[in-house]
Amino acid sequence: MNKKVIATTSLAGCFGCHMSLLDIDERILDLIELVEFNKSPIDDIKKFTKPVDIGIIEGGCCNSENVEILKYFRENCKILVSLGECAIMGGLPAMRNGISVEECLNEAYLNGPTVQENHEKIIPNDEELPIILDRVYTCHEVVKIDYFLPGCPPRADLIWNALYALVTENPMELPYEVVKFD
Amino acid sequence: MENTENKIKITLDGKTIYARKGSTIVEAARENGIYIPTLCHFEGADPKACCRICTVKINNRFMTSCTTPVSEGMEIENNTEEINDLRKSIVELLFVSGNHFCPTCEKSGNCELQALAYRFKMLVPRFPFSFPRKEVDASNPKIVKEQNRCILCKRCIKTIRDEEGRHYFAYKNRGQHLEVVLDPVLGADMPDELAKKAMENCPTGSILYKGKGFEQPIGTRKYDNQPIGSEIENQS
Repeated sequence: MNKKVIATTSLAGCFGCHMSLLDIDERILDLIELVEFNKSPIDDIKKFTKPVDIGIIEGGCCNSENVEILKYFRENCKILVSLGECAIMGGLPAMRNGISVEECLNEAYLNGPTVQENHEKIIPNDEELPIILDRVYTCHEVVKIDYFLPGCPPRADLIWNALYALVTENPMELPYEVVKFD
Repeated sequence: MENTENKIKITLDGKTIYARKGSTIVEAARENGIYIPTLCHFEGADPKACCRICTVKINNRFMTSCTTPVSEGMEIENNTEEINDLRKSIVELLFVSGNHFCPTCEKSGNCELQALAYRFKMLVPRFPFSFPRKEVDASNPKIVKEQNRCILCKRCIKTIRDEEGRHYFAYKNRGQHLEVVLDPVLGADMPDELAKKAMENCPTGSILYKGKGFEQPIGTRKYDNQPIGSEIENQS
């Protein structure tokens, strides 16, 4: 059997979902028999080098770079999986939704209680920095997503069950105990 | 043999059961080990029928089972694909119309809204998120009122009163601006037990008792291992 090609990325997330992927422990040896990793922070491949079977997205979209990468994944992956609370519901970053960008930036760089030395009142605005979006968008609000695996982070067993089913082209079984939103 | 005196016969999902005269469909089902989900309805308070999660189909009509009394020969559909999908959509609508960030919520694992989402296998809400801006009121010494998680079920208003029957919680504004507020004067001297009860009676994490958070470890919380309603379905 040809090895399935997998790619992963972290958008507006904390890398907890990637850590949870590593929490499948010794099953990672079984996984590596079945799959080959392409673009991913795990192997640090920056660009897709071949068509990908399964793309795994952690985190939602809080800036223009996140949207760009998400669309890049959609174009290059046959199946796209939203992994974790931030990708599915916006998670912690989305707690800023409902507050204007101006208010957020002012709080972060000018008025926040932890801001100590910003005498020139500069809000970072270099042209190389991605543009902050008006709010945090979940992945399925930006592109079509095929599967959703909730959790913060998703349980390692959930990731393993789902991934194994996708790789072996079997139906996904998601037991009650492993599908949690926290 | 079951004593059927003073009881009437109804059919629930094709199964014949006996119900007390005057009981509602929810009560009759529970007494027979059948779970019908409820959110706004709370034992000991008059049913309000506002959340519609207990919707069943009687003679091909959708009706709320918390307010409909049983009647002889009634045929009720409860656990069907159509009704469960309707209930799932209600849960999804509640998720997208508030700001329910489960990982940051103390009530996670013990939350009835979340538990219903687990029961109906919600992986993602199918409706667009509205991310409304709602305020948190932490001015009370005992309670945090987190309006972002409120589903306006009225359970706190109905069940949390002082000895003279005065309400601690009340509705404020109307329509989409409707919210639940805690009376600042009465709430200032709220007894501990009542503040804890308010948190307990709230189906979500909208009312939190101050001073102790995340008490139970993940894995041991109320709905971690058993779906909501199992306690009714598993009773012998």
